[in-house]
Amino acid sequence: MKKLLGIAVGTAMLLGTTAHSMAADTMALVVSTLNNPFFVTLKDGAEAKAEEMGYELLVLDSQNDPAKELSNVEDVLNKDIKVLLINPTDSDAVSSSIRAANRKDIPVVTLDRGASRGDVVSHVASDNVLGGEMAGKLIIDTLGGEGKVVELEGVPGTSAARDRGEGFNKAVGASEGIEVVASQPADFDRTKGLNVMENILQAQPEVDAVFAHNDEMALGAIKAVQASGRDIVVVGFDGTSDGVAAVEDGSMLATVAQQAGMIGAIGVMTADKIINGESVESYTPVPLKLVTK
Amino acid sequence: MNIKQFASDNKSLIGLIILMVLVSIANANFLGVDNMLNILRQTSINAIIAMGMTFVIITAGIDLSVGSILAFAGAVCASLIAADMPLVVALVMTIAVGAALGATSGTIISFFNVQPFIATLVAMTMIRGATLVYTEGRPISTGSFDVAESFYQFGAGYTFGVPNPVIVAAVVFLVCWFVLTHTKLGRYVYAIGGNENVARLSGVNVTAVKISVFAISGALAALAGIILTARLESAQPTAGLGYELDAIAAVVLGGTSLMGGRGRIFGTIIGALIIGVLNNALNIMDVSSYYQQIAKGAVILLAVVVDSRGKANA
Repeated sequence: MKKLLGIAVGTAMLLGTTAHSMAADTMALVVSTLNNPFFVTLKDGAEAKAEEMGYELLVLDSQNDPAKELSNVEDVLNKDIKVLLINPTDSDAVSSSIRAANRKDIPVVTLDRGASRGDVVSHVASDNVLGGEMAGKLIIDTLGGEGKVVELEGVPGTSAARDRGEGFNKAVGASEGIEVVASQPADFDRTKGLNVMENILQAQPEVDAVFAHNDEMALGAIKAVQASGRDIVVVGFDGTSDGVAAVEDGSMLATVAQQAGMIGAIGVMTADKIINGESVESYTPVPLKLVTK
Repeated sequence: MNIKQFASDNKSLIGLIILMVLVSIANANFLGVDNMLNILRQTSINAIIAMGMTFVIITAGIDLSVGSILAFAGAVCASLIAADMPLVVALVMTIAVGAALGATSGTIISFFNVQPFIATLVAMTMIRGATLVYTEGRPISTGSFDVAESFYQFGAGYTFGVPNPVIVAAVVFLVCWFVLTHTKLGRYVYAIGGNENVARLSGVNVTAVKISVFAISGALAALAGIILTARLESAQPTAGLGYELDAIAAVVLGGTSLMGGRGRIFGTIIGALIIGVLNNALNIMDVSSYYQQIAKGAVILLAVVVDSRGKANA
């Protein structure tokens, strides 16, 4: 049995070598937390891709603790890894980890969250601009190209709010029949989504659709819409479990979901290109997916 | 009482009226009955918290833990409703939890002689952490038993055409006004804020009064948490972040002194309404998000400056 396994592994490695000049190389993935389904899916996607491409992937869990993250990185840097894939616990705190990898000349790829300092070869994350655009287009199609739309914005100044808003306004700006009658911040918060939507409903006699920069605000807005008895469709963002449940029971039209598994897989593919000496983009956007009923 | 005296006693009320006149000139939708009820409903949460805060501030204290108590109480209430507990039992238990959390801060403050700012800052952090542990960081739904529907009506329904949270806030106002102006406890609250040592030497049980005011503040924060949870049919672990600052702003806008010994519960209602009207006006006038916080800060600054100038002249 053991022999058979040995032969199988040997064949696999041999096959791997023919497919990739440097197969069976090791890469490391340091994940912010494995206590959150999103990052577990990200890890699963990376593991599946690594296996498919014949790489060995070391996975370490930072448990949302930047100190643990740094010691994880120090540990893997002492092993013979070719690329460090890191999903930072915090954009600022990760800098010392990245500089440690830079000192050892190990290329770094950041996943989902970026790093504010240190040399990163490539950053792989969801394309929030495109996601906002997808939401805008869905609303245009649903309203038949004509109607009044409200935008509930995230915390002013955050990149998610900026990018999602930019994509959404690009889409609806291109459609002549669609008018954005109000764009107001509700800070990614469900309570504020409710209050701000109530206020907007007071001011606007006619509203046909709402785009919220996240599901929490969308769920708050749905409560305001239901209480008013008006017929307004709501589109959220993130694909949280509450958001997807609202889509399934029909109270929400759609939510734009991030594809965590694909972020992990594209991370591994980017690392593969780096190992093979191919050039990579400094930012690889990962497409999002519309969850509808 | 002459007009000048009335004007000087009710600066915050006059400020509110001026603000409302200006907004109604700028936007025709503002003065409608629906929007007025809408503002009252949205203000009721902050008003209820701020009325509890008024008791604490009149004793020259401060309570930073109200936002965290709101979140924790909301989570407790949501899980009680989800477990099919009768409505009255769930409400009473939740308010008791809030009162107990407040009383704990009050006890630490009086027995260990800790500054209220520090004691309630610690409570704010720990109770927020406890909320995250309790909810595992996720919203708690109120479930699908019949009681969940009556709970929703408690927060979102109307009685005689008035939103229920407004009625709750009005009842709280009457009780708080009565306690502060017509009971021994009320007089002791002012006495401690005026001069704690004199109050103690005159035989006031300062410890009991302090524990009581923090218990009142905690209980009212829990009540606000109940209403918020009912309206959303779920409790958010991050609910109430920063609410302590809105409540303190309402109390100060209403003319209550942070130095203690002076203040009125009616002023707090006006202060909460100024903040509520401002939030509503910024939304219905579609003011850009980047300017909203500047506008809010500027109005509060203006109100406080006018108030303190008035005092300097008096």
